[in-house]
Amino acid sequence: MSTEKTPNTPYLLTAPGVLFFAALLGAPMIMTLLLSLHSYDFNLGVQSDWTFGNYAEVIGDPYFQKIFGRTFGLALWVTVICVAIGVPEAYVLSRLNPRWRSIFLLIVLGPLLISVVVRTLGWALFFGGSGILSMVSQALGFGDEPVSLMFTFTGMTIALVHVLVPFMVISVWASLQKIDPQSEDAAYSLGASKMTVLRRITLPQAMPGILSGSIIVFALTASAFATPAIIGGRRLKVVATAAYDEYLSTLNWPLGAAIAVLLLIANIAIIVSYNKLVERRFAKVFE
Amino acid sequence: MSFLKFDSLRKEFGDFVAVHDMSLSVERGEFISLLGPSGCGKTTTLQMVAGLLSPTSGKVILDGKDITNTPPNKRGLGIVFQSYALFPHMSALDNVAFGLEMRGVGKAERLERAHNALNQVKLGQFVDRFPKDMSGGQRQRVALARALVIEPPVLLLDEPLSNLDAKLREDMRIELRLLQQDLGVTTILVTHDQEEALSMSDRIVVMQQGDVSQVAAPLDLYERPLNSFVSDFVGKTNILQGKVTDKNVVSVNQIAVSVNTEAHVVGADVALSIRPEKFTMSSDNAGLPVRVKASIFMGASWLYSVESDMGELLVTQPNTGSAGFARGDSAYLAWEEGALTVFGGVQA
Repeated sequence: MSTEKTPNTPYLLTAPGVLFFAALLGAPMIMTLLLSLHSYDFNLGVQSDWTFGNYAEVIGDPYFQKIFGRTFGLALWVTVICVAIGVPEAYVLSRLNPRWRSIFLLIVLGPLLISVVVRTLGWALFFGGSGILSMVSQALGFGDEPVSLMFTFTGMTIALVHVLVPFMVISVWASLQKIDPQSEDAAYSLGASKMTVLRRITLPQAMPGILSGSIIVFALTASAFATPAIIGGRRLKVVATAAYDEYLSTLNWPLGAAIAVLLLIANIAIIVSYNKLVERRFAKVFE
Repeated sequence: MSFLKFDSLRKEFGDFVAVHDMSLSVERGEFISLLGPSGCGKTTTLQMVAGLLSPTSGKVILDGKDITNTPPNKRGLGIVFQSYALFPHMSALDNVAFGLEMRGVGKAERLERAHNALNQVKLGQFVDRFPKDMSGGQRQRVALARALVIEPPVLLLDEPLSNLDAKLREDMRIELRLLQQDLGVTTILVTHDQEEALSMSDRIVVMQQGDVSQVAAPLDLYERPLNSFVSDFVGKTNILQGKVTDKNVVSVNQIAVSVNTEAHVVGADVALSIRPEKFTMSSDNAGLPVRVKASIFMGASWLYSVESDMGELLVTQPNTGSAGFARGDSAYLAWEEGALTVFGGVQA
């Protein structure tokens, strides 16, 4: 093999991937961005002028503000609940013996193996007024009225947590795997109680996993479409379903494009600043 | 009354007996090494003393108190782990102060004491460093300071030097021993490195497959091993199979070797052990004729592999400043009768 430096090799090797993404991801994004800068007339369709009017409309309209608020509120809640469920789950998983661990890992990953539509329709059957949830709650005497979580914030949160918890578990589990188990023994031998070891030694070392898991869950929730569309429906729109409706119901493509671009910008802004925060906090501790 | 006592300590993992009814008494301030090949039960023993493993049967008694069932966080022992097990999310100072915090020592005092402990291991200027920015040797010292700052009655060292490079390891041996003697802390070291055990310990416990082979001071262990396993594991040695043919005569490959055989009857199969440095090798026509098969210069000494009628032998001779024997040379080996140790039976 030649020992001479070939500075072009890395670029050549990444070129196919870069071209692939540029063509299939970059181009539609740029087209969406350009589309969002045109105005729309209900009689004449998309105009050829250039304007920020769509953005002004989305940002200024309380209707859209509410949708954006709901979306990021939902993302925040789902993230918090995924942390609350996923971190203990990952901890327990990391302590299981290998045979049980692989069985439980499969169960944890289960939701990801089912198509989003099937899974969500399953939840819809469960949540609906004549669903199992309603029947059980009536049988237990919590009320005579049928209970429905369809078209509710709670319903959306539960269905999204269900499918996103695995991402949190995997992410936290990966960083728990990196912990030297002797560092827990060391703390224990220095007089720490089991709770203190968990709080002061294990949890801080799992923190990078919790934080990166949070980013994944937050981003996936904020841009989730199928679950909010089925469980939330038209009554509880999120940004993704609002953009969809602008495109396909109102046929106001430029406004839909503006919503989509704003969602992307907001998502990126939140994740990048969160990541910065995390890096500043942990850079000197972890490689 | 001994300070730390193991009373028939036994650990089984399923059908496997890792430690076989081990009893040992350790005096206050003593430095004891548990030495043996991997899988001999030395680390298991240490973990039972630390409380990280509970024994199947037997007791651990510290200063007259039975601590067999005391959890590790109530034992107050200082442990240095093989991987050092530092807390990666804490600075060196916080690592060392952690044990004091757990003991409820106030912030100002614990930082001062942690600082002093780090000074003691010559890391005074690295208090704010995080483990990932430290070298192996520095991490090792932080781990040592962290274990010592709580002023433990017993210091447990689990192969603490095995991850260091050779030069640093030798320096740390001296440093660790000096520190241990200054503080007078009772110490148990687990190691598979016989040099480490020989150079630091007051007494060495040689273990083999869960059993104690011999407990002795380093010099005694080296000069008077109880069996060929100890003799072979501690230091280098030549083991020769032979038969007692007459009182005080052992025949090795038809060569009569005179040696004290009072513990063995005539006709018994025995093994002879002689250390490589106990030979005197010269060109004078006296002793066992040998031919040099390999000659290796080691700096302070020469290491030879020689062939003789007694079999292949390892010989070391001090470097006296002149050229040693070369490959193919003929020479003669002589030794004193007391340099030979006789073990019963066919062992190797």
